[in-house]
Amino acid sequence: MTDAEETSQGPSRRAVLGVGAAVAGAAAVAGTTGFAVGRATAPPALTLNSFAFRGDHQSGIVTAQQDRLHFAAFDVTTDSRDDLVALLKDWTVAAEILMAGGELGDGAVGGAYQAPPDDTGEALGLPASGLTITFGFGPTLFAKDGVDRFGIASKRPEQLIDLPHFAGDMLDESFVGGDLCIQACADDPQVAVHAIRNLSRIAFGTAGIRWAQLGFGRTSSTTTAQVTPRNLMGFKDGTRNLRAEQTESIDRFVWAQRGDGQSWMSGGSYLVARRIRIRAEVWDRTSLQEQEASIGRTKGSGAPLSGGNEFTEPDFTREGNDGKPLIPVDSHVTAAHPDQNNGQQMLRRGYNFTDGADDLGRLNAGLFFLAYVRDPRTQFVPVQERLAKSDVLTAEYLHTTGSALFAVPSGIGTGEYVGQSLFA
Amino acid sequence: MTLRPALFKSALSTAAVAAVSALTLSACVPNDAPSTQAIAVSSTADKCTVSSASAPAGPVVFTVTNDGDDVTEFYLLADDGLRIISEIENIGPGLTRDLVVHVAEGEYITACKPGMVGDGIQSTFAVTASENNVAPTGDEAAQLDAAADQYLLYVRDQIQTLVTKTDAFAAAYVAGDDDTARDLYADARVHWERIEPVAESFGDLDPMMDAREADLAEGDEWTGWHHIEKNLWPPAEGYDLTEAQREALATKLLADTATLSERVTADDFTIDAFQIGNGAKELLDEVASGKITGEEEAWSHTDLWDFQANVDGAAVAFGVLSDIVKTADPELADELQTRFDELNALLAQYGSVEEGFVLYPDLTDEQVQELANAVNALSEPLSNLTAAVVL
Repeated sequence: MTDAEETSQGPSRRAVLGVGAAVAGAAAVAGTTGFAVGRATAPPALTLNSFAFRGDHQSGIVTAQQDRLHFAAFDVTTDSRDDLVALLKDWTVAAEILMAGGELGDGAVGGAYQAPPDDTGEALGLPASGLTITFGFGPTLFAKDGVDRFGIASKRPEQLIDLPHFAGDMLDESFVGGDLCIQACADDPQVAVHAIRNLSRIAFGTAGIRWAQLGFGRTSSTTTAQVTPRNLMGFKDGTRNLRAEQTESIDRFVWAQRGDGQSWMSGGSYLVARRIRIRAEVWDRTSLQEQEASIGRTKGSGAPLSGGNEFTEPDFTREGNDGKPLIPVDSHVTAAHPDQNNGQQMLRRGYNFTDGADDLGRLNAGLFFLAYVRDPRTQFVPVQERLAKSDVLTAEYLHTTGSALFAVPSGIGTGEYVGQSLFA
Repeated sequence: MTLRPALFKSALSTAAVAAVSALTLSACVPNDAPSTQAIAVSSTADKCTVSSASAPAGPVVFTVTNDGDDVTEFYLLADDGLRIISEIENIGPGLTRDLVVHVAEGEYITACKPGMVGDGIQSTFAVTASENNVAPTGDEAAQLDAAADQYLLYVRDQIQTLVTKTDAFAAAYVAGDDDTARDLYADARVHWERIEPVAESFGDLDPMMDAREADLAEGDEWTGWHHIEKNLWPPAEGYDLTEAQREALATKLLADTATLSERVTADDFTIDAFQIGNGAKELLDEVASGKITGEEEAWSHTDLWDFQANVDGAAVAFGVLSDIVKTADPELADELQTRFDELNALLAQYGSVEEGFVLYPDLTDEQVQELANAVNALSEPLSNLTAAVVL
């Protein structure tokens, strides 16, 4: 990139690169430089809730799930491999600063008076808020319409499939696919929005947002210390989710391992994103009995209908007086349970969303399903096929309007940029 | 059965508030139904502990906790120990369920049935006089049976007409007389749409007869009405089927229709009263999910025929139950009648089953919105129909 181009790109990238140099120079204190620049006066207590950007795995996966989400899928708008790599480097620098609670470049108010500020400023005065920024690569990054734009087609992992059409999918093309994705999670929605907004600003000219989704409440727990939250159907969701503490299961079901295929993905994971709309009005008119039968759990405590408490194992054989299982065979918990799916599990990390109302005044709301898996072909696809076929909940009350799959590369070490293993 | 809505309704009638605001009210205001008693019941292997042996007449809530290891049931029986006033079944160990029941003054028996066998562990239960006037439970069960019989007649009649009209439709289609087939399509489907929840209760038939293209998984064979629809109203040039393909689709549709007819005319096919109420609710769900959006008839755009047919079917369901509803909850009966009338009047602006309707794309956004609002206005009280009649 020439100086002239750099200038014409606007100040944000240049400023970021400037800070990036500073980060590189102070590599020993990776992750703190940005903070020092931007939030030197932030109260120390608030800084505790920040996560390291660098590590064996990317943050935002087994990290204790935050309450808010801003997710964005991008189209790469250039055919230049160099520009793409440059963007990943810029994003790396910026993400590290943002996660530490810092301001980008010369900050929101610290730059030239005649120039627009490098940082958009809405996170001024806010702590890091547990922000994590997680990057992924979609199938179309490797080849789009048969064209290998970036010379990486041969590196596409076999796990990164084109998701099939599932029964009942009513996909809106404006919520499908993407070359790149960024998942920004935080405990403060403004911090998550600030992250996506500034990262997309940095990308202009190289990548543009294809679609995005805000999520306002987590629908899973990813650590044992967290209580199970409720989805917009009013039920506890993710009771059986994998937890960060289950390290053996996490290795088995979440992290791509050496020998899984493409070695550059080792330590990474695959992110399934599905925008699932709930027919809220119809659901709300459904009797409690039918709601519980659809889920297979009680609405109050979340206990399986076979008895016990929330964490009691469902007993799919226990029968009621009609000789049928207390947990109906077409219930969601039956269709989704590992016992019914060859023991397969996923790390779910979804969010409730509400995008206002649709043209008919119906709540445009649902669950933005996010799940991290080691292999979507064996973990997500068969389970979803089963749900689409035999789960009354999916058939009657849900329809999926958005769908995407991304390869999420491993974490990075000092001096590396995100996705470096793919382009090295 | 869900019994919660009944409580909300009693709160509402006390407050004399229009039932339209039911959700808001019930969500925001503590339930102040008069003298509602919450009586705790603990069911174990050998005990059925009821926290109070009496209650004033009116709504009574039994909060039944299964403290044993077996699945249990709880019954409120008449003083003969046989006639069931109300019951709650299939309570898993550790779970708690509420049984809400309106009881008149008199002697009753409570019973827990751990393991779901035998006469259960019984105790007497007295309901004392109160200012709440509850009509004695009498021939309601007989009324419900009569309603179910009436509704079953309606279902069988619709299926019979469906068979006849599907025959004519399929004949025209196979003969290549597409104009006639297009003319007959929506009118024949009316008889399917009127009784759709019954057809859907046969899990195998509905996907073979009424699947839309998006309902299929990759590799599924697409049969039924909507595949023929797409062939008759092709979205673009080049969507043709061979004669053999057309014949296969028609033959399959006729065979599945015949199977449906056989099943509902079989002697052992019955419909319970609660299925009638739930079916009415499901018909309006169908309108809200598929017809109001124009998704059901994506190629023929004859959604308003289906819409009207769904409403017709729900109105018949309400009709056969209306005497019971008028007794159990007169305000609900009045509101449902009003909302049905309003929705039917609105639909009549766009045609009729006999004369035909305007096509969905010819409706303006405002007209669709108006219909959607009328559907919501009816659906909300209609969702309380089942609880009202089975209490």
